[in-house]
Amino acid sequence: MAKYLAKRIFYIILTLFIVTTATFFLMKFMPGTPLTNQAKLTPGQIHQIYKQYGLDKPLWQQYLVYLGGVVHGNFGTSFQFSNQPVSYLIGSRMGPSLTIGGEAMVVGVLAGLVVGAIGAIKANTWVDTTATIISILGVSIPSFVLAVLLQYYLGLKLRWFPIADWGGFMYTVLPTLALAASPLAETARFMRTQMVDVLSSDYIELAKAKGMGKVGIIYHHALRNSLIPVVTIVGPLAVGIMTGSMVVENIFSIPGIGEQFVKSVLTNDYPTIMGLTIVYCAMLCVVLLITDIVYGIIDPRIRINK
Amino acid sequence: MADNAKHISAGDFKPISAEDRGNLDSEKISAPSLTFLQDSWRRFRKNKAAMIALIILIILFILAFGSNLFETHAPNATNPNLANLPPKIPGIDINGFNGTLDQSGQRINAYAQAHAGSKYFILGTDYLGRDLFSRILYGTRISLTIALVASFFDLAVGVVYGVISGWIGGWVDTFMQRIIEILLSIPNLVVIILLMVILKPGMESIIIAIALTSWINMARLIRAQTLELKNQEFVLAARTLGESSIKIGFKHLLPNLSSIIIINLMFTIPTAIFFEAFLSYIGIGVSAPQASLGTLINDGQKNFQFLPYQMWYPAIVLSLLMIAFNILGDGMRDAFDPKSRE
Repeated sequence: MAKYLAKRIFYIILTLFIVTTATFFLMKFMPGTPLTNQAKLTPGQIHQIYKQYGLDKPLWQQYLVYLGGVVHGNFGTSFQFSNQPVSYLIGSRMGPSLTIGGEAMVVGVLAGLVVGAIGAIKANTWVDTTATIISILGVSIPSFVLAVLLQYYLGLKLRWFPIADWGGFMYTVLPTLALAASPLAETARFMRTQMVDVLSSDYIELAKAKGMGKVGIIYHHALRNSLIPVVTIVGPLAVGIMTGSMVVENIFSIPGIGEQFVKSVLTNDYPTIMGLTIVYCAMLCVVLLITDIVYGIIDPRIRINK
Repeated sequence: MADNAKHISAGDFKPISAEDRGNLDSEKISAPSLTFLQDSWRRFRKNKAAMIALIILIILFILAFGSNLFETHAPNATNPNLANLPPKIPGIDINGFNGTLDQSGQRINAYAQAHAGSKYFILGTDYLGRDLFSRILYGTRISLTIALVASFFDLAVGVVYGVISGWIGGWVDTFMQRIIEILLSIPNLVVIILLMVILKPGMESIIIAIALTSWINMARLIRAQTLELKNQEFVLAARTLGESSIKIGFKHLLPNLSSIIIINLMFTIPTAIFFEAFLSYIGIGVSAPQASLGTLINDGQKNFQFLPYQMWYPAIVLSLLMIAFNILGDGMRDAFDPKSRE
């Protein structure tokens, strides 16, 4: 286990190193500097500012400086907000994103498990059809459309929840719903397939033959065994939530990293874009590592034995 | 059983004639043998939802790619005098399709107010007076183009990468898998957005960005399957007979991979359509004045409170595309995947 963990962490570091390097050089190939629009500066002033940002050094030195900074959690200074370190910008925006992302993951997966399980238990009835329709709609309707509709109907028309902004639990409800739709649908689809499989397996037949009640079979055998593989789709679901959060945070004006990422892209704030890319990558790596470890712990059949 | 046996007497048997023997060929197959595609199509046809999805997609394809024939106005022609007109279909007098608007509790005829004369727009106009119907058709065409391109790269890069990685094995496989692992730990959309920042916005950039990311899943699945197929007897037989690797790849591996390829392709397409709409929605995709379903939704949402149709129609078309491709994908999986047969 320790060896496996060490290997995985080594690959995560390697991945992050490659991503950092790739984004650094990609951004350096970009035309334009922070001073492109300020033609009135004298060459002396420009040189001064270049020096301040470290842009006067040769490329490889800039790269090493940046790499050293990243190791210490320093992603440079934002172009958009003058003198704001990118790491501070990201750090202060992490909370809201993790809150709605986490809420969406929990709500989506739990609701998805219920919908999927009901669909499988009542397979090939109208209940199952309804569950399938819910999951098809959840996978298909883009999060930004859903977010706008929720905002308009539940926020503006019915006034149940605040329309936008950030300030407490009530503010998280609508964004969470908008983000949870896709994990809900994916989990429901996956759960249904798993459970239909499990329900037709031999040990369920045996339990039936021994006269076990339907509730007991489902709760003790079917549900538990179908739940385990669901852990494997948490990684892809996290990617979906990260993707969705970029627009959902924008629509609900939530001060999170998704909103910041889109804003930085639109304003060509390269240091922030690079920093956020690395952060997104690191988050995904950690989620994937945790799910693999958890999977190994809860399912003894596939214990990692390398 | 034993009791029944007693009642059979020798007279119950009679010798078989030579003619009868000819007709009694136990090896004869009475039904015509079906090819893989025929067999799958037969199963696919039984799935009503998937058939409806297929028909909807065919209609959308015809409308979108034949849009020059169907569009009622040029998609990018602006006409400020006729801005924000509601949908109007001549001869239909239902609110929402008769060119009237609800303005502070009163129904007003927006077309008469704008002095539109006999002109009409079946899905209304946007804030610059551009015909929404033609723009939606154009946007659908962009979405479908992206879908086709993404599936092309899925095939061209994903399948080839997977087959090579699985077939050659050894350090080549290890190296190629490491590349995939690294790519998998970066959210696809982040890669696409980074590329969009570097390239100039437009269709070509979206295509490049989606092409660079869409093949990864396909490559993984194909590699796993190739590894399995590689060790089977028919491949060994082909090798023993001296068939070249390339020929084995095309003649023996590809047909056996086809179900996985088709199924996975059907799930690449909605993802690609979503990414394009997403990029255009946040403003780094298709550039103005070109219409994409994403930009149309973004434009429409600004007026959603007063002119809801401007967002509803593009949103419905985009959702319909996604739903149809997803249902079609499910149907294809059931039809092509030998394991999911019931």
